[in-house]
Amino acid sequence: MAGHAVQTAPLVELALRMGDNCLILGHRNSEWCGHSPALEEDIALANMALDLIGQTQLWLGLAAEAEGRGRSADDLAYLRDVPAFRNLLLVEQPNGDFGRTIMRQFLFDSWHLPMLRALQGASDERVAEIAEKASKEVAYHLERSGDLVIRLGDGTEESHRRMQAALDLLWSYAGEMFAGDARDAEIAAAGLAPEPDSLRPVWRSHVEAVLAEATLAVPQNDYAQKGGKSGRHSEHLGFILAEMQFLQRAYPGAAW
Amino acid sequence: MTPARPSVEEVWSWLGEVPDPEIPVISLVDLGIVRDVAWAGDTLEVTVTPTYSGCPATSVINFEIDRHLREKGLDRVALKRRLSPAWTTDWISREGRDKLRDYGIAPPVDGTAACVGSLRALDVACPRCGSRRTERISQFGSTPCKAHWRCQDCLEPFDYFKSI
Repeated sequence: MAGHAVQTAPLVELALRMGDNCLILGHRNSEWCGHSPALEEDIALANMALDLIGQTQLWLGLAAEAEGRGRSADDLAYLRDVPAFRNLLLVEQPNGDFGRTIMRQFLFDSWHLPMLRALQGASDERVAEIAEKASKEVAYHLERSGDLVIRLGDGTEESHRRMQAALDLLWSYAGEMFAGDARDAEIAAAGLAPEPDSLRPVWRSHVEAVLAEATLAVPQNDYAQKGGKSGRHSEHLGFILAEMQFLQRAYPGAAW
Repeated sequence: MTPARPSVEEVWSWLGEVPDPEIPVISLVDLGIVRDVAWAGDTLEVTVTPTYSGCPATSVINFEIDRHLREKGLDRVALKRRLSPAWTTDWISREGRDKLRDYGIAPPVDGTAACVGSLRALDVACPRCGSRRTERISQFGSTPCKAHWRCQDCLEPFDYFKSI
């Protein structure tokens, strides 16, 4: 089940990349459940985690169906190992403080929404349908994360300091969203998704507008940490999987 | 032994008796998630669209539809999922909106489903006192479909069924 050395079809690759982003970020958000600084934020993070896990079921369900190897969405979530995961390095980064969690979400949402809008024109109807559904939910995610970046960035001296630190830390992981690789080129050639770099201008202009309102400085270093999309992950993903997959690994096929 | 095959109109009226598992004052038909009812040979096909991708009620909804129709004597029921067009709160019936309000949940503001993500200036009436001096506490509430609001006149917090 390691899944390496198997060249997946472009449709499967796209569905895995989208689904794994949702799964890992959804899991990260779920780690906040019961720990948030305010009840409303706890509920919001849990709701967003729920949206993302729901979208994961759609994307990984499509990946499983298109792959045709008899695996289910659950099999893909619970029985693959680190090198088979296709999520961005950004979404597996630790939660840190609340500000870092919100900044990670904002940088991701600002890409996720235009990506989903573009995917509504995909050559595969199933991709377009999932994107149509998910984009309505993600519009709410982006509204919230942008609002909070502004409120915290333009908040107290302490909240401003933390948001700037989060931005400086996470900025190097944002570039991977726009760095196309050979698989992205195949996916684009199949009419499934835009070339990643084509989303950079809309992302950049939205992010810069929000950061300006938040009184946060855009980092000048555009070096991009890459690898997640092709299965080369940071040390953090293994720990996420150890927790997320424990039950199915220890008790294979367990159900309730 | 086998009852006469009911018309799709009759099946629609039966489905109108199935309550939403999380907001039981409205039916699944009121909610607008039953998209089609049709006979395919001797099998009744019911097409359902999810509200939110991750709504935990989805599997319960399918179970309740299946159970209710079996109780009506239908033993060949197939549930189909349809994602597109994506569910919108515009599909909640007029009766459904009234029932939500009576239950204490402000129904979605008409005509706002298409502008998700730019809902800052919503005019939401308090379901308890009717005041329009209300404010949003959080766009995420007790279930995926609801936001958390507060009335500035009667001071009661309330759920708003948010537009999507």
